[in-house]
Amino acid sequence: MTVRYETVIGLEVHAQLTTNTKIFCGCSTEFGQTPNSQTCPVCLALPGALPVLNQKAVELAIRTGLATNCQITPRSIFARKNYFYPDLPKGYQISQFELPVCEHGWLDIDLENGERKRIGITRAHMEEDAGKLVHGDTPETSSSSLVDLNRACTPLLEIVSEPDMRSADEAISYLKKLHQIVVYLGVCDGNLEEGSFRCDANISVRPYGQEELGTRAELKNINSFRFIKQAIEYEVERQIDLIEGGGKVVQETRLFDSNTGMTRSMRGKEDAHDYRYFPDPDLVPLVISQEWIEEVRATLPELPEAKRTRFVEEMGLTAYDAEVLAADRKLADYFDACVAFSKEAKSCANWIMGDVLRKLKETDTTITDAPVSPERLTDLLARIADNTISGKIAKTVFEKMWQGGQTADQIIEKEGLKQVTDTGAIESLVDAVIAANPDQVAEYLGGKDKLIGFFVGKVMQASQGKANPGMVNQLLKKKLV
Amino acid sequence: MTIFDLTLAELRAKLDNLELSAVEVTNAYLDRIATTNPDLNSFITVCDETAIAEAQAADQAIAAGEVAPLTGLPIAVKDIFNTAGLRTTCASRILENYVSPYDATAISRIKVQKAVIIGKLNMDEFAMGSSNENSAFGAVRNPWDLEHVPGGSSGGSAASIAAHQAAAALGTDTGGSVRQPAAHCSVVGLKPTYGRVSRYGVVAYASSLDQVGPVTRDVRDSALLLQAIAGYDSADSTSVETPVPDYQANLTGDLKGMRIGLPKEYFIEGLDEDVRKAVADAAATYRDLGAEIIEVSLPHTAYAVACYYLIATAEASSNLARYDGVRYGLRDENAEKLIDMYMQSRAAGFGTEVKRRIMLGTYALSSGYYDAYYIKAQKVRTLIRQDFLDVFEKVDTLLTPVAPTPAFALGEKTDDPLQMYLSDIYTIPVNLAGTCAMSLPCGFSEKGLPIGLQLIGKPFDEATMLRTAHAFEQATEWHKRTPNFKV
Repeated sequence: MTVRYETVIGLEVHAQLTTNTKIFCGCSTEFGQTPNSQTCPVCLALPGALPVLNQKAVELAIRTGLATNCQITPRSIFARKNYFYPDLPKGYQISQFELPVCEHGWLDIDLENGERKRIGITRAHMEEDAGKLVHGDTPETSSSSLVDLNRACTPLLEIVSEPDMRSADEAISYLKKLHQIVVYLGVCDGNLEEGSFRCDANISVRPYGQEELGTRAELKNINSFRFIKQAIEYEVERQIDLIEGGGKVVQETRLFDSNTGMTRSMRGKEDAHDYRYFPDPDLVPLVISQEWIEEVRATLPELPEAKRTRFVEEMGLTAYDAEVLAADRKLADYFDACVAFSKEAKSCANWIMGDVLRKLKETDTTITDAPVSPERLTDLLARIADNTISGKIAKTVFEKMWQGGQTADQIIEKEGLKQVTDTGAIESLVDAVIAANPDQVAEYLGGKDKLIGFFVGKVMQASQGKANPGMVNQLLKKKLV
Repeated sequence: MTIFDLTLAELRAKLDNLELSAVEVTNAYLDRIATTNPDLNSFITVCDETAIAEAQAADQAIAAGEVAPLTGLPIAVKDIFNTAGLRTTCASRILENYVSPYDATAISRIKVQKAVIIGKLNMDEFAMGSSNENSAFGAVRNPWDLEHVPGGSSGGSAASIAAHQAAAALGTDTGGSVRQPAAHCSVVGLKPTYGRVSRYGVVAYASSLDQVGPVTRDVRDSALLLQAIAGYDSADSTSVETPVPDYQANLTGDLKGMRIGLPKEYFIEGLDEDVRKAVADAAATYRDLGAEIIEVSLPHTAYAVACYYLIATAEASSNLARYDGVRYGLRDENAEKLIDMYMQSRAAGFGTEVKRRIMLGTYALSSGYYDAYYIKAQKVRTLIRQDFLDVFEKVDTLLTPVAPTPAFALGEKTDDPLQMYLSDIYTIPVNLAGTCAMSLPCGFSEKGLPIGLQLIGKPFDEATMLRTAHAFEQATEWHKRTPNFKV
């Protein structure tokens, strides 16, 4: 039945901006502090306190807007969104309504069939977050709720997409792309669990071919990509079942329950607030000059997409390798730093994606804290390239480098791992192996060519891995005739 | 002459030559308040202990030669200013026991000069009113006639200065709340240009209209106090970074070439004959002083009151949402559910006029009405502002009445809010335009009630306005009269 219906999804993402202080006061935005320890008259909404806009938050909003192909509004307005709730100390949220800071942007997402699709971004506007309510969980406190206003007034950028996505997969693809960009830009730490990157989804279905959008339901605050996919899929099915059963979708806000995998109604349209938006008279219009925009543009990092293209086109990496390396800005920086020391991009990529990532995972370390610097890693690669050590020995050296402190050369020197390239020394080992294995020699000479590997292995073993494998091979072939 | 009859400037001289100490002055005022306040009810809180401590500190500063213009001068402030460690009620039950943890910028600016904060003054609740009858702490009485209102909302500020309970006071003016009570009490009240004085720490009524202003015995004191509080404040985004001139230095008495406009829309039906005559006499005085008097027009004046009661109430409905009983202020502890806590706390905490304005403003912002009311009012506001800008191409200052009538009797208008609202018809346009204006004594009615004269100045040109006011004051004796009240 699903085949007869088209899914339409629009997403609203709340990204918490990585400012040190709140959007309208000087309090710290640090997460997880003692409740209400990071508050002042402004974010507590004491009588007479006034908001002052944090210019850093504006800069981060401009960065995000530019990276998502938005137009930056030269004069935008802060408005009050009025409603009562204990986590909202002023009784209104300062947000942007009619004139948001960014508009008319887009992101391209990659579909499974290899095609690209452009998802429109309607707008991105700045606003303040609300506080947090802690509901009593002991018998004495069960009837009470506590208010923690540490989070109140922290800066958010709400990024609103067009209803351009047609499946849960497209929605996830868009979200991951947006997530990657805001983290890359450093405007948001991207932590879904702590609520730094929150998503609301507007979902509707309509029969294929119908122009008009179906009635939508809004799913609130889902805190993982997996849950978003589950929630959308459940909701689409629910709406189709409803219509097929002769019912009608009602416009409402629904909550996703991650335990049951279902969504349930939170409030209907009739309960929707009249927010009585009006321009906040305490704040002057936000004027952003073209010079400011250009200043911010000049500091934009290379974005993942551009990096991938460069890795493929200029460095000859495969699309897959480029994808993995570009996914994380710090990892990509590490790779770029390696390539600056060594022209062997392919070999750098292999080592980073193999041994480096494995060690990071094993030791639960981030790439910025990796004990082997790009310079030292490329030193190691240079010793393989100039035949000082074999690839296999290099793995041992790398392990020792990870323990810290020593360069590849120091380890090779100290451990005596230098590859043996002296023909005389290798020749005597070869002779000894041939003499010790007459049966295999006979078989080899009888036509069992594959046994060459056996002899090479024996010689390498005898040399404790230090003999140059190429020379061993050559000598064996010369002697076994 | 007793201590409490001296102006700020006179006190300054006597403190500086050690003829008086700040403690003596403060004690004199505290005694005066104790004797007079039961009749006037102009103070909500009297700062007996802190005032003496501040006076001692001021005396030490004077002894050490560290004297600022306001050092040791006893100043009372409207109970709308946050004052650290003191109760700040806004004359509302909802903040009856609220003690602020911080100082408003205007307060810290006078404190840094070691002025003595002698008390917190009565007012209309949340500055909503024109008679000071809307106070949870009771009405203030006019020292010129105890059966009459002192005007509002800064009624306590004006009454206290008229009755010599403080050397000077700070009030706030959203639609005339400094000027109208100043006129009714025969003192000088000044509303600076919007953005001239920081609003930080002033409990908000209507954010786009509120301004802090001095209430004083004479024009020189007005200049002195304005000097202390004026200037940019990074804590108020709407305060303006423009230089503050030396206001006292501008009080030259020179009116040569001064063009003074009489807006014809301000002299219409409903204007009391005594007031009309007093203002006409003032215009004649100005002509005698060498100023040119020109009739001008502010064509959108008739729409100002309606425009104000949409914009001010819309902003107020949102500004007062924070009084929800959650973090501070009155909370109904018997409420079962959250919604009941909100409704019952606010029902018990706010007075009738405040509730009326919250409802009006909520309505004006509601979906479906927003364009017809709020947006329309904003457009009218732009036209009113433009009226003033146009007229200031032709004249330097405008001369008008402050209020259509002298002070009315207590209870006279409490049942007729519309009549009450119309008493601000000459002051409201100035707040909508955002420019500066002041009220100064210019006569008395047949019944002996004070009449005020309003001068309206160009935006950020308080200096010229003060000079114009000062010249009039030098030429007349009105400001020297004091009420026959517990002399």
